[in-house]
Amino acid sequence: MNTTSKMGLWRRTLNARTASLYLLPSILLFSVFVFYPMFRTIYLSFYLTDQAGNAAVNVGFENYSYLLQSSEFINSMKATGLFVLYTVPIGITIALLLALLANEKLKGIGFFRTIYSSTMGVSVAASSVIWLFLFHPSIGMFNRVLSAINLPQVQWLLDPEWALLSVSISTIWMNTGFCFLILLGGLQNIDEHLYESARIDGAGYFHRLRRITIPMLSPTLFFIVTISLINAFQSFGQIDILTKGGPSQSTNLIVYSIYREAFINYQFGTASAQAVFLFLIILIVTILQFKLVEKKVHYQ
Amino acid sequence: MKKLELIDLSKSYDKQVNVISNINVTIEPGEFFVLVGPSGCGKSTMLRMIAGLEEITSGTLKIGETVANDLPPSKRELSMVFQNYALYPHLSVEQNIAFGLNVKKIKKPVQQQRVKDVAEMLGLTDFLSRKPRELSGGQRQRVALARAIVSEAPICLMDEPLSNLDAKLRAQMRSEIRRIQRELNITMIYVTHDQVEAMTMGDRIMILHEGKIQQVGKPVDIYNNPANPFVAKFIGAPAMNLSAARIDNETEEMVIGETIRIPIPKAERTTFANQLLIAGIRPEHIRIAKKETPELHKLYVDVTNVEILGNETVFSFIIDQEEWLAKWSGQWHIEIGDVVPLELDFASLCIFDAKTEQLIKKPTDVGSYVLHKEVVL
Repeated sequence: MNTTSKMGLWRRTLNARTASLYLLPSILLFSVFVFYPMFRTIYLSFYLTDQAGNAAVNVGFENYSYLLQSSEFINSMKATGLFVLYTVPIGITIALLLALLANEKLKGIGFFRTIYSSTMGVSVAASSVIWLFLFHPSIGMFNRVLSAINLPQVQWLLDPEWALLSVSISTIWMNTGFCFLILLGGLQNIDEHLYESARIDGAGYFHRLRRITIPMLSPTLFFIVTISLINAFQSFGQIDILTKGGPSQSTNLIVYSIYREAFINYQFGTASAQAVFLFLIILIVTILQFKLVEKKVHYQ
Repeated sequence: MKKLELIDLSKSYDKQVNVISNINVTIEPGEFFVLVGPSGCGKSTMLRMIAGLEEITSGTLKIGETVANDLPPSKRELSMVFQNYALYPHLSVEQNIAFGLNVKKIKKPVQQQRVKDVAEMLGLTDFLSRKPRELSGGQRQRVALARAIVSEAPICLMDEPLSNLDAKLRAQMRSEIRRIQRELNITMIYVTHDQVEAMTMGDRIMILHEGKIQQVGKPVDIYNNPANPFVAKFIGAPAMNLSAARIDNETEEMVIGETIRIPIPKAERTTFANQLLIAGIRPEHIRIAKKETPELHKLYVDVTNVEILGNETVFSFIIDQEEWLAKWSGQWHIEIGDVVPLELDFASLCIFDAKTEQLIKKPTDVGSYVLHKEVVL
């Protein structure tokens, strides 16, 4: 009786044991590259650190309260918020328009599909360098064009009023390829017969767009909005190459601010606290997204 | 109710090969017209050309009295039911049905009334607030039907609407679609690959093969007088048995597949020149040999398969390397491997010219019965 129940336990856990074996590789990788850094960050955010980044003095929540009073951090949050507002809605709208264009059945449409998605294949660093040239005050294309049509020159990356906008423009360009590709995939998944049926009923293009395309695309749109929001909050490469957070902190987005705090000012404690803030913000935004927006998403 | 005229209609995708060529047919107002053919024969393309979803390469399409070649689909005053139903998954049944009315900007109360009427007609009243994914296949099919009917268009096109249903539901929907079509007096053009649907539903049917018309006519006429071997094989289940045949002038017999010999009646001997023929016989016309049949004209076959369907028995045997089927009414307890003596009547044969594939002789003893009402009363 006793032995059979022991055998039973060994057998009953067979599925669990098999499952954990399958999970082992990813658990190992995640532990090293995600879980450990994450908990280390939370741990460090409660400490003052020495030059090497080791925890020295436990200060409790002081790092957090310091940040909330720091005008630099508040400014960085504002810049990040604006950056997200500039890049996400405009970027997705442009990608959607391009995807709608490229979804038409025309000869040679494959060429345009390739072109529109090509920015996905360019690294952030490489495209930032290209934009650096485009934004150049004297030899840049934008200022050349402005002078050709007799408009005043703009100091794209050097004017605090313009810098964030300029970085946003280049970011939108970089993200278009990915958003375009995902949205085009979503559009291609919509059953062609729905449009044919609507055409027989006499629905015009915009009626079909509003009543069929957008609702049917809503799961894809929801996905791309979530991903884009998270990406925008985490932008770093283009800031580092284009502006280094300047001029006068106007493009000091939060991830760049974390980087400066940690690796230039060697304040690992406050940098970690900022990282935790960023994590919380992204978490809250994503939860809000799921709570508020997902209700309007039509899954098949 | 509107007339439809197809004059010399052709369709080509690459401007070289016609997928549909020279279609000439007039579909009468209020007619149930069935387009039938094997998959890939161009029947759906033809329907889509009528709907305006495919361009017409050449020829004229007339709807009523107007030439409709270049009219957009919405101006052709027709409705269409798609094979996969094409219901909008994000809209409720009610919204799905009302979609077209909404587009046409019909007033809300009128819309609601019409949706209600149609839902009642098709038994959908309880499901109006559901989404398509919460419906069974048959209910979805009804919604698709409701969407077509509610538009009150004089012409309705259906593209294999029953092919996703199970056999029982299909039989039920067949008669229901037919009933609705009669009730509303719609001109119906119905595409199917199922010859049973074609036979049972159509006022007239058109058989298409490789983009060409094989035959147009009433179902029974086509069954009795198939224009060529393709139609003979396609219409009727199980299919007609066909084999190469020739005339033996010495014995004045018809020789089918070198094994079957059937005497030709005196009156018909002159009909056939010395030519290669294809002879066909429907499975139900193959009879068991009688005792008095001369041994020479008996046909002994090895049974290779038997299916007892309750009220009839179908068994197969090999003639000239082709599988033939015979269908007898009643339950016949035949075992595989049994030798059965059969007899074929010349009158039941359907004979085609092997070269031109033209019908030379149609079967004459089809067993056509007319029910006289006076007699019943």
